[in-house]
Amino acid sequence: MLEIVNLKVSREGKEILKGVDLCVKSGELSVLMGPNGSGKSTLAMSLMGSPNCEIFDGKILLNGKNILKESPDKRAKEGLFMSFQYPVEVPGVTMRSFLRVAYKELGFDVAAFNRDLDEALNALDLDKSFMGRFLNGGFSGGEKKKSEILQLLLFKPKYAVLDETDSGLDVSALKIAASSLQKAMLANKNMGVLLITHYQRVLKYLDVDSVHILMDGRIVKSGDKNLAFEIEEEGYGRL
Amino acid sequence: MEDYKYGFSEPEKNLVDLGPGLNEDVIRRISAIKEEPSWMLEKRLSAYKIFLAKKIPDWGGDLSRIDYDKIRYYIKPSEKEENLWDNLPREIKETYDKIGIPEAEKKYLAGVKAQYESEVIYGSLLEDLKKRGVVFLGMDEGLKKYPDLVLEYFGKLVPASDNKFAALNTAVWSGGSFIYVPRNVKIELPLQAYFRINAKNMGQFERTLIIADEGSFVSYVEGCTAPVYSTDSLHAAVVEIIVKRGARVRYTTIQNWSKNVYNLVTKRAFVYGEGTMEWVDGNIGSKLTMKYPSVYLMEPYAKGSVLSLAYAGAGQHQDAGAKAVHLAPNTSSQIISKSVSKDGGRTSYRGLLKIVESASNCKSNVVCDALILDEKSRSDTYPYMKVDNEDVSVGHEASVGKVGEDQLFYLKSRGVPESEAIGMIVNGFIEPIAKEFPMEYALELNKLISLEMEGSMG
Repeated sequence: MLEIVNLKVSREGKEILKGVDLCVKSGELSVLMGPNGSGKSTLAMSLMGSPNCEIFDGKILLNGKNILKESPDKRAKEGLFMSFQYPVEVPGVTMRSFLRVAYKELGFDVAAFNRDLDEALNALDLDKSFMGRFLNGGFSGGEKKKSEILQLLLFKPKYAVLDETDSGLDVSALKIAASSLQKAMLANKNMGVLLITHYQRVLKYLDVDSVHILMDGRIVKSGDKNLAFEIEEEGYGRL
Repeated sequence: MEDYKYGFSEPEKNLVDLGPGLNEDVIRRISAIKEEPSWMLEKRLSAYKIFLAKKIPDWGGDLSRIDYDKIRYYIKPSEKEENLWDNLPREIKETYDKIGIPEAEKKYLAGVKAQYESEVIYGSLLEDLKKRGVVFLGMDEGLKKYPDLVLEYFGKLVPASDNKFAALNTAVWSGGSFIYVPRNVKIELPLQAYFRINAKNMGQFERTLIIADEGSFVSYVEGCTAPVYSTDSLHAAVVEIIVKRGARVRYTTIQNWSKNVYNLVTKRAFVYGEGTMEWVDGNIGSKLTMKYPSVYLMEPYAKGSVLSLAYAGAGQHQDAGAKAVHLAPNTSSQIISKSVSKDGGRTSYRGLLKIVESASNCKSNVVCDALILDEKSRSDTYPYMKVDNEDVSVGHEASVGKVGEDQLFYLKSRGVPESEAIGMIVNGFIEPIAKEFPMEYALELNKLISLEMEGSMG
């Protein structure tokens, strides 16, 4: 279980998260929704250990172990993954060489790298030539998302936090993203997923176990998939 | 540089050592040992006067601590130039084995010259190239066998009066390469020269002359290393290259001197109609390097490029750059410089772009990017431009940056520890230049950068 306990975080001196409590269970898909500026991305970045997020209270327990003091690379090695809303370009570093280094650092056997990578590429219908491009360099919106999901498939984390993986995609790209996520969850059955989204539209393609609403730095309501549809109809204003 | 793997030294078993210090007598003895024509001795002696008369340049790195009286100006380490590695004295052969030259020669080189202290001690060239008229000699042998060519070009591009260290080189030069590529001969594999300093307080002053006749092609690669000593050595070379009509010359340097070597080198190419000169210049080692490979575009449609890569760690200053001088219409030049400084190291980009009034329709593009890895380190840019023709296209971009925190976070979030992540980012930064080096050297550069990053980060 990925357990977030009373998490309080500030960014650039401003308090963003004001005591968040949330559980992401192994093998389940939890959805986090909320209006702009409610702190969704800050929560994701805090979980991964971004230097821009100052955590001044609370705990992040990964299968019972508090990872709050761990560096991002250690958290990744513990089995945590975050897909970035805006993946950063690293010029001069090819996708393939980056993925190989990360794969090795995460403790996989490099001998299986090519096979695993081919599988992941096939699942996403990505051409091998993609691997010769520089990391996130000049990627289209859709390519960036696919690259993030490719890593999700390849790195098989215990818990994945997906920050607006559905935003900025047209309907067909959205379907591909959703089905890729499903594939990743099928292939990695024990993975717990926290899907952060602004819209409910992606949810109709997915089996959702729980929905949580974040507003003004706190979880204000939790429920099942129906909660997302209520929000769609009535907006956040009623909460 | 704890990871500098070329810092070893061998015992000296010199045949001739003219000892420390420089005067006319030393110069006469060098010339006598080499049995030179008298005109060369005259050139040397007049250059020595220029050397004494010229001020130490004060516009670049700190040259004030070079002790010219302690430098040893001429050492002859072996009897003659050999064409079998096994015939060399054991210490010298072992040195080159450790560096890996004989192995590289077997795999991918068309010819090799190895210089140890002041003399070229080994040379080879593929038989096929000899038959096609390619000349690849040590400069001293070149002077003996082709005195007319040497007389015509020696000092024509870089006269002794050009700068203090060109004058010093002209006075005491020894070794270096002499290359002539006949018309339309294209040499597929590179020719390699390797310069090794072994002795303490050594001064190495090789002189290289390359003449690429019309329509020919040659790729020349030079490497250099030295032992780590607590006292300084001096390397002051001069390289002159003539690229005739339609010829192309690519000159690649991987400068990896130990951190006690002053590296003060003048490199210049004259490029004639439709010819192409490419400098690929990597500066990793040395205490202070001052080097600005130049292209003089003499006739229409001549092209020149300088791709320059510099790394400065603790105690190092890389003052490097390029010069492009457009003397004819329709000529084009490209300068790309990337530098990385760390642990208090300093990089300077110093460049000159000159387009004369008569040179219409020229193109030039200059890009210089610097990466500074910590607060102690420094980078400066000194781009000079003198464009006297309005009908030209000139681009200039410069950037100075740090490793992006967001890039680091992204890589770390994928399990990559900080030191490796920085190494990746730095290797990515230099990639556009690193890929221009021969494969073996590009890998070496990447490894070197990664090792350097592991030292003090993370």
